[in-house]
Amino acid sequence: MNGLKRFLLAASLALAALLPAVGLQAKEAADLAADPVAEKRLMEISAELRCLVCQNQTIADSNADLALDLRREIRGMIQQGKSDREILDFMVARYGDFVLYRPPVQSNTALLWFGPLVIFVIGLIVLVRYLRRRSQVIASAPAGLTEAERKQAEALLQSASEPKDSAS
Amino acid sequence: MNKFLWPLIAFIVLVVLLAIGLNLNPREVPSPLVGKPAPAFALPRLDDPAKTFSPEEMKGKVWLLNVWATWCPSCVQEHPVLVEMAKRNYLPIVGFNWKEVRGDGSLDSKPATQEKEMALAIQRSSKLLAAKGNPYQVVTMDLDGRVAIDYGVYGAPETYLIDKAGVIRLKHIGPITPEVLEKKILPLLVELNK
Repeated sequence: MNGLKRFLLAASLALAALLPAVGLQAKEAADLAADPVAEKRLMEISAELRCLVCQNQTIADSNADLALDLRREIRGMIQQGKSDREILDFMVARYGDFVLYRPPVQSNTALLWFGPLVIFVIGLIVLVRYLRRRSQVIASAPAGLTEAERKQAEALLQSASEPKDSAS
Repeated sequence: MNKFLWPLIAFIVLVVLLAIGLNLNPREVPSPLVGKPAPAFALPRLDDPAKTFSPEEMKGKVWLLNVWATWCPSCVQEHPVLVEMAKRNYLPIVGFNWKEVRGDGSLDSKPATQEKEMALAIQRSSKLLAAKGNPYQVVTMDLDGRVAIDYGVYGAPETYLIDKAGVIRLKHIGPITPEVLEKKILPLLVELNK
């Protein structure tokens, strides 16, 4: 596993060196080589953050310009020794809670977090009440058949067992 | 109650919720900066990059900070509205040129040095302002987009209305249309100028 990672790193470095244009990709690869630990943290933090340009991607996944800028910003803050919490707070202060992929539990997200649970409990109550009412109906129904019903059933059974010539 | 009425009610509720959801614009992310002081910065000016502009200079005035770039079609679209606003002297408009060179995805080769990047950015933005009119009292150049991050900019155009005390009172995302001007900006401007 580690060997593979190292191989990939070496391969990407070699590729970066081969590229004549000093593009953004090459620059990112160089940064990656400089400090793999910081880079791993960068990827972990940016996987928690939403890219506001392509909203269903994280900053780690996205190659939008803004995502590159924000990764650069996070890299700078890691180098300054900021904690993960501080970096996430920095982003929330500028872009709002929406930037967090994992919404925080607070008053305005209560419905989001607990709504499904509330609906589940309501469903459970409805189900229990329905089942109780049904068992009451079953319990209160007369146990056996009345004489008239028994005769009717017998007649039906007999007529069903006889071959029907009208069906052809 | 009729047992067939419940599915109908549930269906109507669902339709109403979906209709509301479809009419929301997911791109309009409410800014946490509204009600907070406009972040301080000092950026080079378009007319003289040796000088800088800072929001401090606008203390005591209600003003507009307009994020734009020449590569942004919606900015070009809102430009006539800004020119009209400037002509009517509603309020000072400060241009915030955002990543003029780096933001342009259609540009094949990027300038190697910062001086060259600034020169190209100035050339491009001056050309547009000369051709379409300049509504800005001053234009600041944020070449690398670093200051824009402090303002939570994620796409141009974006516009901030800042009050006399330097507090952001409104953030508008997307182009300023005559309707936005009339319904959002002007009423707030009147209130803030009281």
